[in-house]
Amino acid sequence: MHRKPRLAVFKFASCDGCQLSLLDCEDELLAVAGAVDIVHFLEATSRIEPGPYDIALVEGSITTPHDAERIQEVRRQSRFLMTIGACATAGGIQALKNWADHEDFLRCVYARPEFISTLETSTAIADHVAVDFELRGCPINRHQLIEVLMSLISGHKPRTATHSVCLDCKRRGTVCVEVAQGIPCIGPVTQAGCGAICPAYDRGCYGCFGPAAQPNCDSLTSQYLGTGSTRETLVPLLHNFNADAPAFRDAGNRLQQSDTPSSTGGRS
Amino acid sequence: MTESRSIRIEALTRVEGEGGLHIKLDGGMIEDVQLAIYEPPRFFEAFLRDRSLEEVPDITARICGICPVAYQMSAVHALEAALHVTITPEIRRMRRLLYCGEWIESHALHMHLLHAPDFFGVNSGIELAERFPNEVNRGLRLKKHGNELLEVLGGRAIHPINVAVGGFYRAPKRDELLRLIPDFEWGLQAAVATTRWVATLDFPDFERNYDMVALSHPNEYPMNEGQVASTSGLLIDVADYEGEFAEEHAAHSTALQSVRKSVNSCYHVGPLARVNLNFDRLSPLARRVADEIGFAPPCLNPFRAIIARGLEVIHAYEETLEILREYRPFKPPRVEYEYSAGEGCSATEAPRGLIYHRYAVNDDGKITFAKIVPPTSQNQRQIEDDLRDWLPDVMGDDDGQTALDCERLIRSYDPCISCSTHFLNLTVERTKS
Repeated sequence: MHRKPRLAVFKFASCDGCQLSLLDCEDELLAVAGAVDIVHFLEATSRIEPGPYDIALVEGSITTPHDAERIQEVRRQSRFLMTIGACATAGGIQALKNWADHEDFLRCVYARPEFISTLETSTAIADHVAVDFELRGCPINRHQLIEVLMSLISGHKPRTATHSVCLDCKRRGTVCVEVAQGIPCIGPVTQAGCGAICPAYDRGCYGCFGPAAQPNCDSLTSQYLGTGSTRETLVPLLHNFNADAPAFRDAGNRLQQSDTPSSTGGRS
Repeated sequence: MTESRSIRIEALTRVEGEGGLHIKLDGGMIEDVQLAIYEPPRFFEAFLRDRSLEEVPDITARICGICPVAYQMSAVHALEAALHVTITPEIRRMRRLLYCGEWIESHALHMHLLHAPDFFGVNSGIELAERFPNEVNRGLRLKKHGNELLEVLGGRAIHPINVAVGGFYRAPKRDELLRLIPDFEWGLQAAVATTRWVATLDFPDFERNYDMVALSHPNEYPMNEGQVASTSGLLIDVADYEGEFAEEHAAHSTALQSVRKSVNSCYHVGPLARVNLNFDRLSPLARRVADEIGFAPPCLNPFRAIIARGLEVIHAYEETLEILREYRPFKPPRVEYEYSAGEGCSATEAPRGLIYHRYAVNDDGKITFAKIVPPTSQNQRQIEDDLRDWLPDVMGDDDGQTALDCERLIRSYDPCISCSTHFLNLTVERTKS
């Protein structure tokens, strides 16, 4: 009989929501815990064992010099490294500081900035080490997490959707909030996985699963500019929880910098 | 001859976020106790500036995955105060319902998976389930109920998407909420059983003369509204919070530490403070169970906070059932408002205690200033103070056991270190002359 895979969960700059998703699998938690050997998961257990690990789940982004070193050690110890969530895959909401004056941010929040040691940027794990699989979302979808974990344990290639939220809206039978109500929605360029919840609650998608495969963000924003939306509304839709995902980052930057919106769409 | 010893524990576990504890002992004397939170700073108060006020509940939710509702609720109330928006009774009721969901999921998580293992010397809730399968499985079902309520009303459990300044994006459909009733009827009885169970745990004999701070409301158990009250007799409007409470920045922590200015001392926030200050406004069943298990205010033993959580879970189930049974879909789901420059603050009761937000907005609806004071920042100095008192009882020769005992006390607070700005790196330095 094969031994159980050794599972470790690591946290970097984040809100803990993605690792909590594992504890939120109330129906499956004890079964998952029976299928793997949880040897490092600070939020859930005081049992702490050294590597090597078969599967490492990494939550959070790299924002301090210490963490930039720590992720190297996690990588060295891990056979299969999967990043979970928008922080780990795109720098998270804290990547908004990549657009800002770091000194100004420090002074704004801390009375004694000299006590704080932090990098000027918040970056994805893949910017620092090789990543074997990325699970998107802010937060991740716990059903996807279970599916990927079980695929790994049984030796199959993990499969998660890369199509856009739009398709899931259609499946769910949600009337398009953009077409029917004129609400700017970035579902057409956002990866599915959340269940297309925002339009089902009468609001536009704000992109928490990051860019879908081959998104045409410029075409979408040009269309919205043509129907009355402003850059002021559209840039924050791209620059929020996945602000530093390249497709959202670059499209948001172009939109911010352009004086006159392209009326024909396409990449400028 | 001077002998100094130091040990390191790799991590403070079963808490949310990363922190360290540094203790210096000189023989039998405690020289220093520092709870060092080194969760990486994330700068929410900085990058909220220039964002549209509509984005604030979505962004502040991301401060914490375990208690996003607390951040959303404090934010929307503060912004509504800035905009002079008055919400409708229906919206107010739905916000209490959302808070009930968060209290249930967060308290059930803490009680069963984080805190209870300490009373049995096991590493995790998963290990605890081997010995107490019924209790842990029951706890997981309670937690699931809280999450399901958040999913229906908030769209999802972690970082709900349905919370807006002025109300909700969409009111729940009647059958979406009604179908939860059978589960919650079962859950109410299960919450009673859980509270009876945690009341039988073996609690250390340790009491402190706390100054406990919580919201207090004349006729309801406080969640979203009330005055700021303390067991030492303070009673002020939330608007005067910053006149009484201040944040200081210590070199050893990335989280700010709160103090009461007028007396220059620490204070205690959380479920124990809420129950002590609002015991007579707990639901009838919660009070009956408290009487039955012999829990009466004032309770000054921090380890017994797990019982206070149990009572609040019962309360949240009773209130949830009451709201669900009477629910009628309402319109409009949110109150309209116009942009105007202004400033507003609010305090609500996160599962871990009082949380305070203040924002300034301009004529374009953009944030110009944000201040967020989470519960763990407020408790941080109190925890250090507790440890100074607790250490003489537990600082035998075995550093490992001392460390475990300290962690156990810290965990009774359910500190959410991610919020306050994980990993407890415990160092004990012993100097023997």
